[in-house]
Amino acid sequence: MQHQPVGTEVKEFDLERQSVRDLNQFLHHGLEGSAIRSIEIANPGGRHAIAAGVNHPVDIEVRGHGGYYLAGMNKHANVTVYGNVGWGVAENMMSGSVRVKGFASESAGASGHGGTLIIEGDASLRCGISMKGIDIVVGGDIGNYSAFMAQAGHLLVCGDAGHALGDSIYEAVIYVRGRIKSLGADAREEAMTDADYAKVAQLLGKAGFDHNPREFKRVASARQLYHWNADANQEY
Amino acid sequence: MDMNKPVDEHPMVEHPRHVSLEESWGYDRKILDYIQNAAAHGLYEIRGLGAKRSVPHFDDLVFLAGSASRYPLEGYREKCHTKTVLGTRFAKKPIELEIPITFAGMSFGSLSARVKEALGRAATELGTSTTTGDGGMTSEERQSSKTLVYQCLPSRYGFNPDDLRRADAIEVVIGQGAKPGGGGMLLGQKINPRVASMRTLPEGIDQRSACRHPDWTGPDDLAIKIEELREITDWEKPIYVKVGATRTYNDVKLAVHSGADVIVVDGMQGGTAATQTVFIEHVGIPTLAALRQAVEALEEMDMRGKVQLIISGGIRTGADVAKALAMGADAVSIGQGTLMALGCNNDTYFQNGHHWDASADYAALNTKAGFCHHCHTGKCPVGITTQDEKLELRLEPEVGARHLKNYFKTMNMELTTVARACGKSNVHHLEREDLVALTIEAAAMAKVPLAGTQWIPGVNGF
Repeated sequence: MQHQPVGTEVKEFDLERQSVRDLNQFLHHGLEGSAIRSIEIANPGGRHAIAAGVNHPVDIEVRGHGGYYLAGMNKHANVTVYGNVGWGVAENMMSGSVRVKGFASESAGASGHGGTLIIEGDASLRCGISMKGIDIVVGGDIGNYSAFMAQAGHLLVCGDAGHALGDSIYEAVIYVRGRIKSLGADAREEAMTDADYAKVAQLLGKAGFDHNPREFKRVASARQLYHWNADANQEY
Repeated sequence: MDMNKPVDEHPMVEHPRHVSLEESWGYDRKILDYIQNAAAHGLYEIRGLGAKRSVPHFDDLVFLAGSASRYPLEGYREKCHTKTVLGTRFAKKPIELEIPITFAGMSFGSLSARVKEALGRAATELGTSTTTGDGGMTSEERQSSKTLVYQCLPSRYGFNPDDLRRADAIEVVIGQGAKPGGGGMLLGQKINPRVASMRTLPEGIDQRSACRHPDWTGPDDLAIKIEELREITDWEKPIYVKVGATRTYNDVKLAVHSGADVIVVDGMQGGTAATQTVFIEHVGIPTLAALRQAVEALEEMDMRGKVQLIISGGIRTGADVAKALAMGADAVSIGQGTLMALGCNNDTYFQNGHHWDASADYAALNTKAGFCHHCHTGKCPVGITTQDEKLELRLEPEVGARHLKNYFKTMNMELTTVARACGKSNVHHLEREDLVALTIEAAAMAKVPLAGTQWIPGVNGF
């Protein structure tokens, strides 16, 4: 984590007058050594790659809806979106946090390595697909094929989960409060432990949700796919 | 006839019956082996090192060098330029190479870190690029490579924005020639602590790589993904898109539409560390056919020269390189050939100043030098496709780099020699008109005339 002097200034970008390139250029090269502590982005208008590739501990507020890959590969920044987001929000995030006050489209947090992604509404298909250490908290429901091949990290779902949850999952862990339509290959429901309850409480606390951790169930890998088994004949 | 008597004792048989040793065409020993192995074990074969069978290839083409109607250049006096620039469409910092021959992406995990270092050293000395692979970027590779292409693969193992920014170009890998449409499998015996750590997975498990990217599913999404990668890297680095050769004509058009600066097409002769034989031998189209389709797609879009084309998959010699460039490629990329230059399938390895016999190690794998396809086992007798601490010492980076440099220099000399013979002062001036085909199949696939005729099968109604 970089440690920058805490500044006081707020800088505003209006994406109706400035381009995403202008914004990202500033986020990549204009923050180092500056006193700016906060960026406000007006009129995002569903544009893609807003605040992608940020590598600085700065607060970013997006006042409206974002398109694909908002805060993609984020490092260090704390991003809040006052709206909905398109595909791949916080894709491959390394650290920091992203909070979506609305809903998220497909592949939220895909292949994320670290940090926390909080979606207050629902997330669509493939939420947390291929995640590698990120923690994802979803206030509502998630779609089918979520956490497919998820390697590490946690996906906490306060609502319901769609079909094939955790298909081919590795060491990531999923907590679901609502119903699960179906589990994917090699995913299984397991008993919650004290460590799980503590983790759920921690994630809920981060997200600001007040559900009882006892209401959640745990889904993790049965580890039958860790070594290839020809006799399985596509049935795991 | 008394069936209990030996045939040579039966009065009606004067001589022992002659038994033909001619094997069945449809059930030759390869197919017998396959059926009997499948029947015995219920498993398909997983292996590396590309297809074993022959398909139409660059060997089926020859050059029409200069004579009376064209004028050759003097071989040892007149220069032939080889400089190659890739990524001129959108990138602020295109890649400039001294030669049009590059090192293909091969993963750390599949290969040892020492091999990756050797590749980097050789590439730097040659003025060309090397490429990461499914394991991410190693420090050895970055430090030793002046120009490093960083692959964005479906697995996203070891993928991070710091390495994106440390790279000189980014290659979005959609498919690989040896297994288009298929994911990868790095068997557990190659997953040591470092490999496991880079891939965020437990040690010793069979690591599957997904066959498609997690956060985009089609060309329209890919366009937006490429835009994101450009934004993250401030539009500096060329974005390559690599496809395994199947529906190459359509795939190239869609890659151009998606905003690629450079397109890499990997034909079915491409190699791999480990995949199912059924993929290697039966999925995809030959490099020759793929290259012609890719060039046609670019020409129809008026993108030839604006979006550069790299062809790979079984490029072995300077002649292959020259033919690929004449067909319309801007550069080639080599994977398997580099492994062989490093000593793959040699009966000895060179360590601590001496050659050592590797035959016992080949025998332990139930194979011999020249026939080894055991990249997937991690027990490479010459220390290339391994993570074993002792085996990997059999490849010394300095020695490996020297061999790679010799190999690439040789190919480059062959390339310029052929180009000069065709009257070209720049290897990029080679053209399809310089080629004819020796077989009808190659003529049809490459769309060049059958030698001695004007006939191109399938063109003008013939």
